[in-house]
Amino acid sequence: MAGKHINLTLKVWRQKGPKDQGGFVELQAKNVSEDASFLEMLDAVNEELVGKGDEPIAFDHDCREGICGACGFVIDGEAHGPMKSTTVCQLHMRNFTDGAVLTIEPFRATSFPVIKDLMVDRSAFDRIISAGGYISANTGNAVDANSVLVPKADADEAMSSATCIGCGACVAACKNASAALFTSAKISHMALLPQGQVERKDRALRMVAAMDAEGFGSCTTTGACEAACPKEIQLTNISRMNREFFVANATKRPKHKDGGAG
Amino acid sequence: MANKLDSKIPSGPIESKWTKSKFDYKLVNPANKRKHSIIVVGTGLAGASAAASLGELGYKVKAFCIHESPRRAHSVAAQGGINAAKNYQNDGDSTYRLFYDTVKGGDFRAREANVYRLAEVSANIIDQMVAQGVPFAREYGGTLANRSFGGAQVSRTFYARGQTGQQLLLGAYSEMMRQVDAGNVELRYRREMLDLVIVDGKARGIIVRNLITGEIESHEADAVVIASGGYSNVFFLSTNAMNCAVTAAWKAHKRGAYFANPCYTQIHPTCIPVHGENQSKLTLMSESLRNDGRVWVPKAVGDKRHPNEIPENERDYYLERVYPSFGNLAPRDVASRQAKYRCDEGRGVNETGKAVYLDFADAIKRLGEDKISERYGNLFEMYDKITGQNPYKQPMMIYPAPHYTMGGLWVDYNLESTIPGLFVAGEANFSDHGANRLGASALMQGLADGYFVLPYTLGNYLGGTKLEKVSTSNDAFKAAEDGVKKEISKLMGIKGNRTVDSFHKELGHIMWEYCGMGRNEAGLKKALQEIPKLREEFWQNLRIPGDANYLNVELEKAGRVADFLELGELMCRDALERQESCGGHYREEFQVDGEAKRDDANFCHVAAWEYTGENKPEVRHKEELVFENVHLATRSYK
Repeated sequence: MAGKHINLTLKVWRQKGPKDQGGFVELQAKNVSEDASFLEMLDAVNEELVGKGDEPIAFDHDCREGICGACGFVIDGEAHGPMKSTTVCQLHMRNFTDGAVLTIEPFRATSFPVIKDLMVDRSAFDRIISAGGYISANTGNAVDANSVLVPKADADEAMSSATCIGCGACVAACKNASAALFTSAKISHMALLPQGQVERKDRALRMVAAMDAEGFGSCTTTGACEAACPKEIQLTNISRMNREFFVANATKRPKHKDGGAG
Repeated sequence: MANKLDSKIPSGPIESKWTKSKFDYKLVNPANKRKHSIIVVGTGLAGASAAASLGELGYKVKAFCIHESPRRAHSVAAQGGINAAKNYQNDGDSTYRLFYDTVKGGDFRAREANVYRLAEVSANIIDQMVAQGVPFAREYGGTLANRSFGGAQVSRTFYARGQTGQQLLLGAYSEMMRQVDAGNVELRYRREMLDLVIVDGKARGIIVRNLITGEIESHEADAVVIASGGYSNVFFLSTNAMNCAVTAAWKAHKRGAYFANPCYTQIHPTCIPVHGENQSKLTLMSESLRNDGRVWVPKAVGDKRHPNEIPENERDYYLERVYPSFGNLAPRDVASRQAKYRCDEGRGVNETGKAVYLDFADAIKRLGEDKISERYGNLFEMYDKITGQNPYKQPMMIYPAPHYTMGGLWVDYNLESTIPGLFVAGEANFSDHGANRLGASALMQGLADGYFVLPYTLGNYLGGTKLEKVSTSNDAFKAAEDGVKKEISKLMGIKGNRTVDSFHKELGHIMWEYCGMGRNEAGLKKALQEIPKLREEFWQNLRIPGDANYLNVELEKAGRVADFLELGELMCRDALERQESCGGHYREEFQVDGEAKRDDANFCHVAAWEYTGENKPEVRHKEELVFENVHLATRSYK
């Protein structure tokens, strides 16, 4: 892993808090190792800022292995930067040219308010999950795992949907700031498995309603989400969600009140 | 102070201890459960599963995480798999064998009763996770697939591609979110626990900082569960996520919870090697790769040829050579140490000489590239992204790195610490792995504690303890809040010249050099001189820009590094006192032909440290370990 170094000019979005007016600030990233990740490059810029007594650029990040979904911002107009199926923590500086000028800004969506600089609040995703992104399996007494067979092809497809990391790049890439790719990935994952059948209709109705209530825009199937997704979650999930939703809407029976004497 | 270490191991044969306990435990009737509140700190596998199952039982749960969403917890990054003694493969697995492998793998430094329970509930974990919709790998006929992992000769590891941790976490997280929806779990995110509140000798609440607003908040409950993960970030460079810290556990320690075996840190053999000065973390390559990858170095010292140009007879497949029966699947501590030896001999590869090859050429020849890609595709891609090299075309380079920490807060069989009402789950406790953790056992322990142990033991505590009503206006809360605020203003007020990261890196260097893969008396003594000096400089010369009343990442990091600077010293003291080699803890003075030499006569115990006050030496207590079922024997993987 040889050590070539490059210099970059960064135009970074700085915004002190949710209510403050943000703006771009120009910073220099000097002598950046090509083996460093994009976040490690920002770490070095931050060390310099802190050294001067300035506040570092705030950005979310954690595992730095491309799996936790915490990191993510827009580089030159592309969520998670220019590499296909790559989170920004796994984007390495060998993919940039010496002397490049890079514009770095947060994921933009009304439902993702800016917290500070490149950090946004994606808790809307958690609220979509709590509206039905689960299976009501009580703990402690599940039947033997092999008593319900799942064809390999189904398990694999469910896994491909379940692999969504919830980073929000799909929302940021969408011109309508739609959360359809995220929501559909979870709906698909569970609709594809036998365990997910009981609540299948309820889940689709509730999760779609929650998504709308959070203020995400509608999906017009332009595919920008799929192109930006670091985990290659596919548009077919959205088709499946739409199907689940329509079927649920058309065939859902009203809820009965439980209870009785005795 | 009297020794508080009562392990509360139930009497009777090992097979029936847990069943007997479950019957003996006191119960809380369903109508009373909703009157009890429980705080859960951390929402990884252990915390989320605890919050989910306690909420489901009807307790009022408040769950806290430092992340912007519980789905970011570091459990998400575990790749390879989770063990369970299902014997689906008909290859001779059983609860007893999983128990046996884990006790032996931990080099006889774990508590038998806990390990047996872990093995016993392992099968339920798989059932539970499948019922929740975790898409485990399947065979074509629809049954669950298994693979093998280091330290075992049976295939008992269940997996979801290379993202097992992610899928299990999402499973536990979604069950917790179901309880959020049901109103039983209240989730507070972006909150960091900065103190534990004790009233009448019992854990009754926590103080947290809201990381967005900087506000200090008090939260009360009838019991507190800490499930905040491990402390490998003390090394600065580790496989842990950037925000992993010891803070929650350390604050509890300073309030009286003993800290057990702090020097037991696991060095994972298959990480991507260090590339340069500005590196922030190390990335693990799943141990499952050793199922098909062969580890080797050139036979000749200084052989700088491209690996593909080194002929077969000039390669040393040292794991297969030294450990013929386990080969490339030797346990993590053994495989790590062997890699270090080869590099120390000058046969390491990479420009740094600190790497060995993990080669898939034979497996690709045998199984085809498609099969390998199906098994490990995402790991190969990740490696390619990080290193710019294609592992399908040339061997990966790997080197050991700090990974999991087996040490943690001391707990008894009920997972209760030395503070009544404070329970500790998952990696944050010390209990099940002894001196070394076998692969695929961390996920197992996190879920076992959260789903299958705490629901019983917490009920026993709440059912059998008289608890006065406590509110956050109690003096103990006020005092703890004041303490936290004082510490924050002290950090902010230093206004020195050095960044937090520079201190963290320096500490990490000391820890890796003197308390890492190999340790010796002279080195540990040197570290014990250097760490206090560094700590003193930290409190004189730290610089934190901005202020404390809103999001301030440097302040967050500073608090965590302050705790690491104290923990690091305790780790070195623990390592110095333990005059033996066991598992991942390798004292160079105690070895036989490069293998760890245990001293069962003097060190067959858990060392649990008691905090006695600022800048005072901690007191070492012992919990003697008794091995009635798996007899003490020298570990051999040959």
